[in-house]
Amino acid sequence: MTDSSSSRALIEVRDLTMAYGSRVIQSDLNFDINRGDIFVIMGGSGCGKSTLLKHMLGLIPPSSGDIFYSGQSFFRADEDLKGTMRQGWGITYQSGGLFSAMTLAENITLPLELYTRYSRAEIADIVAYKLALVGLAGYQSYYPSEISGGMQKRAALARAIALDPEILFFDEPSAGLDPISSRLLDELILQIKESMGATVVMVTHELPSIFAIANNSVYLDNISHTMIGYGNPADLRDHSEQAVVRQFLRRSAAADVEDKS
Amino acid sequence: MQSQLPAFNLQDEAPDTTTLALTGDWTQGHPAPRFEALQRSLVGLNASHLCADGAGLGAWDSLLMAFLLQCHDDCQARNIEFATRNMPQGIEQLLAVATAVDAREASEPPATLGLSALNPMHLLRYLWGELRESLAFTGEVTLGLARLLRGKANTRFVDFRNFCFQAGPEAFAIITLTSVLVGMILGYLGAVQLQQFGAEIYVANLVVIGMLREMGVLMTAVVMAGRTGAAYAAQLGTMQTNEEIDAITTMGISPIEFLVLPRMLALICIMPLLTIYADLLGVIGGGIVAGGMGISPVQYITQGETALSFSHIAVGLLKSLIFATLIAVAGCRAGINSGRSSAAVGQAATSAVVTAIIYLIVADAAINILFQQLKI
Repeated sequence: MTDSSSSRALIEVRDLTMAYGSRVIQSDLNFDINRGDIFVIMGGSGCGKSTLLKHMLGLIPPSSGDIFYSGQSFFRADEDLKGTMRQGWGITYQSGGLFSAMTLAENITLPLELYTRYSRAEIADIVAYKLALVGLAGYQSYYPSEISGGMQKRAALARAIALDPEILFFDEPSAGLDPISSRLLDELILQIKESMGATVVMVTHELPSIFAIANNSVYLDNISHTMIGYGNPADLRDHSEQAVVRQFLRRSAAADVEDKS
Repeated sequence: MQSQLPAFNLQDEAPDTTTLALTGDWTQGHPAPRFEALQRSLVGLNASHLCADGAGLGAWDSLLMAFLLQCHDDCQARNIEFATRNMPQGIEQLLAVATAVDAREASEPPATLGLSALNPMHLLRYLWGELRESLAFTGEVTLGLARLLRGKANTRFVDFRNFCFQAGPEAFAIITLTSVLVGMILGYLGAVQLQQFGAEIYVANLVVIGMLREMGVLMTAVVMAGRTGAAYAAQLGTMQTNEEIDAITTMGISPIEFLVLPRMLALICIMPLLTIYADLLGVIGGGIVAGGMGISPVQYITQGETALSFSHIAVGLLKSLIFATLIAVAGCRAGINSGRSSAAVGQAATSAVVTAIIYLIVADAAINILFQQLKI
């Protein structure tokens, strides 16, 4: 924790423009994510939600603008510093991203072996604990292909929290899950987040998830190619000046929005 | 801040309650006590309640949670009530989440061919399975071909054309290199021996017959097994991993007709052409060596013509058709039957190449013996 972290937001996105070649996905994105937030990136299909997440993870360099973590620019940091910053992150990918050739235990062991000084026996204990946290106790020797999709999502969560990260990134955590599993996963994320004191950044368009757990959000528009909503999702639903944002959050077609508001 | 070594201490508090006092910083870098140490003291414990007290705890991380989880599970197994008190914020909630679902009994991992290959019974069973799988695959391919001949198969011409391009023109460079070099090797080998009899001119016979009957087609086949057979296995294996083959099957399309036949037919069409090309370049390679030994190109060609006969070309082409089928079957079978992980796709590609080369050598030997007996 640097001294500047107390005065500045944990993650600051400044004038970010994302483009694939000459095709601009989103431009002029400016928002802050504070410590302890559950921040949701929302928007219609194809608006660049996952692309924004990949920029925040440093997988794609921005075409202009910058992203600061605790006041430190990620893209101007050298490789060592980037590595240190990345150790404070836990990430789950849209399709899980579990290593298919490794058992669940090996998947979770990998970051622990790389970045901690725990002994082999201690790592085995921690792996058992992380799997128990996501309700997969005893599944150490299973391969990702041998468990169900919902279990894979939870196993990916166990790997993401292996290093007790400061920031958790989720790309569509509950995509492809039934409503009950999806709610249980939301609760699990919330419980783990609260007890570990982590900050959560999540891409999702599951409205129940958004209202249940998020306290801050940004809405990306795929027509104007910039953000047109920023704040608490419930506030945006009721008071956003942009009709599109209200429609999105009320899951309604264009016509009946004006009647209700 | 002064950091303290992590430790625990058991105290009898009430007749049926024992307190487990946890003290110090339970973080990485500090040698934390192992659960096994506590377990030894728990064995003689008569109390029905164990209460973990966190009043003396400093910093903590997942290591402490792993320790507490083991305490909880062990107490549950012994019918001891496990509770916590005075814990820092978060610990009780995490413990509740971690213990919400009971642990699954460890089940035996599925059998794979590892060290058990040393056991002859296992090996026999494995080989029997492989043989059955090959026969089943060959049968399905034959049925697919029959449907194709009747015009009922879901085989797309555009796929066939693309695979022809991948197997043919894209392989020209490597075939050129290998055949010229193999021709030169044959030339050297023959020249050194024949020179002893002053019969260098017969290098032409050796290179022409050697390339046309044997080396041209065999080298082409080995290159194609490594290049195209492995690619087929990797493509189909990845499709298996991505559930694409499931998708094709559920659309009512036979994966054999849609995926295997175009690949196999493309290879069968291309291999004879590549073989002719390789033969030609091999003979040129032999000519370069012959030139270096003072045999003029005209002499070489004239002498080579006397060795040239239709049967040599026909034998080479027949082999190329058989080899193409074997390479395609080995590659596609490995891909279609691949497992659903990245390691399985790698195994499929390896198995495709190894199986194809074994098939090639065995088939080549069998064909040569047959033709020897038939005097072709």
